[in-house]
Formats: sequence, structure tokens, C-alpha cells
Amino acid sequence: MSKIQGAVVVDEERCKGCDLCVVACPADVLALQPNEVNNRGYHYAYMLNADACIGCASCAIVCPDGCIEVYRKVER
Amino acid sequence: MDINEIVKPENKVYSRPKLLTDETMHYCPGCSHGVVHKLIAEVVEELGLEDKTVGIAPVGCAVFAYRYVDVDWIEAAHGRAPAIATAVKRLRPDLMVFTYQGDGDLAAIGTCESIHAANRGENIAIIFINNGIYGMTGGQMAPTTLEGMKTSTTPYGRRVDLNGFPLKISNIFAELDGTCYVTRQAVHNPACVRKTKNAIKKAFLNSMKGLGTSVVEVVSTCASGWKMSPADANKWMVENMFVKYPLGDIKNTTEE
Repeated sequence: MSKIQGAVVVDEERCKGCDLCVVACPADVLALQPNEVNNRGYHYAYMLNADACIGCASCAIVCPDGCIEVYRKVER
Repeated sequence: MDINEIVKPENKVYSRPKLLTDETMHYCPGCSHGVVHKLIAEVVEELGLEDKTVGIAPVGCAVFAYRYVDVDWIEAAHGRAPAIATAVKRLRPDLMVFTYQGDGDLAAIGTCESIHAANRGENIAIIFINNGIYGMTGGQMAPTTLEGMKTSTTPYGRRVDLNGFPLKISNIFAELDGTCYVTRQAVHNPACVRKTKNAIKKAFLNSMKGLGTSVVEVVSTCASGWKMSPADANKWMVENMFVKYPLGDIKNTTEE
């Protein structure tokens, strides 16, 4: 059976920590950094649960600042 | 699988559109403006109209839209964007002309210009961001503010006997013979973002085909003005704004 594995790359300096990608993610992959902040002082988003990512791009579609790139690989 | 095996150019499925500049937007975290800017950039790119697009920026938070979307822009006086768009489209009918306006710009100060541009059936697309508040100036009441909604000028909630009723200006547009496409959309979840993108694409194509005025209303949030977190603002919008401003096409004469 083929397995779809996705990954997202967050532009940490551009992220404003609005949490919308975390809400939009259907696989509960993303979270906001609990302690770390970027140069602007925001708790940026990161992949907490990277293995669960399916590369659906929901996070990137709702991101107001366009700071998420999505990759998807199908493993056969 | 290691993340480095997945993050390769050939596996890329989504990235920010090239027409969006590298400058970080000045909008507050979670602002709907960012999503709509991104959609405009994507649609212009997909239609190949990079050199034929003129946007008319409003006064409001989106006043700096020209910094973020790499097409030609003209900055209008407050509310006068449809008047400038009329001039641009009449002088250069080969261009795709759109205005980008908020509810204070389009529904309050610019009611005259927007209603008459739509009534004349100017071949422009109007992107109308409706967040029910004057976001830029500090969250004052706008014509579109909901009944009972607290703003800095109505701290006990909007009173109908004192402040009047919320204005559904898109429904007024739909009554005019000059408009060909009036729709109300939102950008709070991925499905709605895709629908909004299709609506913007249709509006831009109508402008190029010369079918009349197209209005795309995007019901939006103003997390700072509403004094909520972005996620809570989206929830509040679904529960309250959509009751008064239901989503969907209001008028579409472009398809038989």
C-alpha cells in the first residue's frame, strides 16, 4: 500500500503566530512554539507531530502571511 | 521518512505565489486581508494578467496593498476607488481593473461612487472586505456593524434606534442592472478560501470580457478591532456575521 507523507516548512521570521494554521490542520500536526519566539516576538508555528502530516496544504491555504510551503511524497 | 527526503523541489505542492512580494505584511496576526491578497496574486498569476492588471487601493488597512501584490496600483482618495477604476477601464479597456475596498471605504464614505459605478455597469471587479468595523482607525462602528456589536464608538453595542440597521450593500448591488455577478464569500477555512478564489477569478474574467460590474464581498474578521484571538474571531464570525451576511451567490447573470 502506498503511503502519503507530507511536510511543511514554516518561514519562521514571517510567521505572526496567529494560530489559524493550527486550527485548519486536519491531522493535528502543527502547533505554536510554547517558549521560542522569532525576531518579531511571535510564537511561530512548527511541526509538533511531523509523521502525521499528509501534505494537504490546508495550513498554507489559510495562512494570511503566506509563510508555509508544503511538500508531499508518495511512498510506494 | 526523514523530513529532508520530503522537502525537495519536485515534491512541492504549495508555496506563496510569485506575485506576492517578500515584504512582511503590516496586518495584525490572523487578518483576512493577507489571505485575500494571496488569492488575488494567485488568480492574476493563473490568468497570466501580470502586465494587464491595475488595482485601485482604498483608504483603510489595505492602503498599502501596492507593497504586497506586484501589479500596478493606483491609490484612491477615501471611497473613490470605483471612480478611478471607471476612468482607468474607460481609457484602457484592454486592462483588467479591480478595486479593493473595505466596508468603511465602500459602504460608508464611497457609497455614492460604488453604487453609481455599479449602476453604470462599469467593467470592473470590486473586492469588498466586510469585517463590520473600521479596523484601521481603532475599531469604530461602520454601517455594516451588527446590531448589538460592541465597537469603540458603540461601547454598549450598536442600537438600531440610534445607529440604524446593518447595511447589506451587496444585496443593493444585486438589485442594480449594471452588475453581472454579486457574491458573498469568506476565508475562514480552506474550503471557503477555494470558493473565494474561484469567485475572484470569475470576477476578473468578467472584467476582461466586459460583462458588467462584479462584486465579491468577503466576510472577514478583524481580530484586533473585535478584541479576540484570530481563531475566536473566526468562530464569532461564523456564529454571528453569517446570520446577517449569509454566504453564496446573490446574483449571477454570466451563466445561463
